[in-house]
Amino acid sequence: MASSSSLRPRNAGFPAAPHTTLSKSSHDPRKHVGVHFEHVSNVSNTEYPGHYPGEDHSWNLGKFKQGLRVVVQRVSQRSIEFDLVGVDASIANAFRRIIIAEVPMIAIENVYVWNNTSVIVDEVLSHRLGLVPLNVDPAVLEPRTETGFNSQPNDRNTLVFKLKVACERNPRVAKGAPGEYINDEVKSGHLVWTPQGEQPAVSVFAKRPPAATNPDIVLAKLRPGQEIDMELHAVKGVGQDHAKFCPVATATYRTHPLIILNPSKPVPRHLAKKFAQCFSPGVVTVDDDGNVSIEERNMRRDSVSREVLRHREFDGCVELKRIRDHFIFNVESEGPYAPERLFLESVTVMRDKIATIKRSVEALMSGGPDGAAANGADVDVEMAGT
Amino acid sequence: MANTRPKVEILPGAESDLSAATFRINNESHTIGNALRWMLMKNPKVEFCGYSVPHPSENHIHVRVQMYGTPIPPSFCSSFHQTKFPDKLSSLQALLTALSDLDDLFQTIEGAYRQSLNAGNYERWDEKS
Repeated sequence: MASSSSLRPRNAGFPAAPHTTLSKSSHDPRKHVGVHFEHVSNVSNTEYPGHYPGEDHSWNLGKFKQGLRVVVQRVSQRSIEFDLVGVDASIANAFRRIIIAEVPMIAIENVYVWNNTSVIVDEVLSHRLGLVPLNVDPAVLEPRTETGFNSQPNDRNTLVFKLKVACERNPRVAKGAPGEYINDEVKSGHLVWTPQGEQPAVSVFAKRPPAATNPDIVLAKLRPGQEIDMELHAVKGVGQDHAKFCPVATATYRTHPLIILNPSKPVPRHLAKKFAQCFSPGVVTVDDDGNVSIEERNMRRDSVSREVLRHREFDGCVELKRIRDHFIFNVESEGPYAPERLFLESVTVMRDKIATIKRSVEALMSGGPDGAAANGADVDVEMAGT
Repeated sequence: MANTRPKVEILPGAESDLSAATFRINNESHTIGNALRWMLMKNPKVEFCGYSVPHPSENHIHVRVQMYGTPIPPSFCSSFHQTKFPDKLSSLQALLTALSDLDDLFQTIEGAYRQSLNAGNYERWDEKS
């Protein structure tokens, strides 16, 4: 990681703007989505073969590589912001969808209740337990499957936790004083990992024993005489099955805002301050003479609120746009994944998907077991060459 | 769910030479559907491509691919099409090409991302939870 980039003090008003990622191609009007008072224009991508006469827009990896730019902007322990430039919205959206729904995570799935005399009923408590984020890297477990070896719980696909808490009165504290009870709150820190089979020998577990990422989540409240005794089985799953398997708090993107001043109709000097206030802080700068300019570095911070279009005195002074192929991603990790790793995981998931579909298509082409012959009733097509 | 269905199936009604066909891809969604549609549309030999999720509670998508050279009634067939695309191309081949190209694309993006991350030219900041 970057050793040179230290903690920079942040501007009080808004996050310090990272380096600009706008390039010459950002100013190509074909890539601009218009943002107007009541409508948007030129929303869809038009770069397809046959759209522009005499231009070749067929897929070309070399051309794609030239236009592609990925720039990591800001990274913290929990989140990452990066720019993905030169791709279609369908590709950017695929990444977002996969990070949310298909990057695997580990969460508690089965709860065996031996005893629960608390006021919170078994199924509600089980649901709460499922939502507790665990600190285990999902790569160490195999997913449960419908059939075969991993259809049954074993030490390769399941982590076992015990939750055994009983509340009692603290004899050394007076009645009514704070701390009169012991274990009056069952917290995520009470989960005790019980290694199974070969799990004690796994170095990852030895270095960082499986537990909740946050030990202070209150799961239930108890009073003297009440107790909870449970066995919890955590498995690997994906967000599309249950939100507890979602590795992120948010994974979003937005397209890069573009603000273009009209040189033939400058902003009236006495209104410069009002003009600047129509935009997010730092986007518009006003010099001592009242001349208005756009800070390109900070343009990405604009919310494109369209406030400037509400004032008649600024009619024709400025155009609001967004760059269609410039995506600013923001991903907030909420599990064991480091934020910079999530995007790479999503690429892996996507390429696995493609490989699976490709194998099936190849089987169809050769009329193999996966192909038309296997489901003759479903398909009334004769394969080419058979 | 004892799912023994193949990942990709060809729906009834496809042209016998597969110059136009609708594919059913099981256990997939908009994620792959839209990306695949875009890549197929980048193929100049593809006349039409579209995808749909036929029902929200059925976990599969339909991808329709029509190639230039699809047998269409001569009255609708322009001379341009007849001269430029005389042979009927397989939509299955186009699908396979699109999948390979998509894989190249994702590999390229991964490389670019790693490069930017390793260059370390970004701001590190401390986020309070």
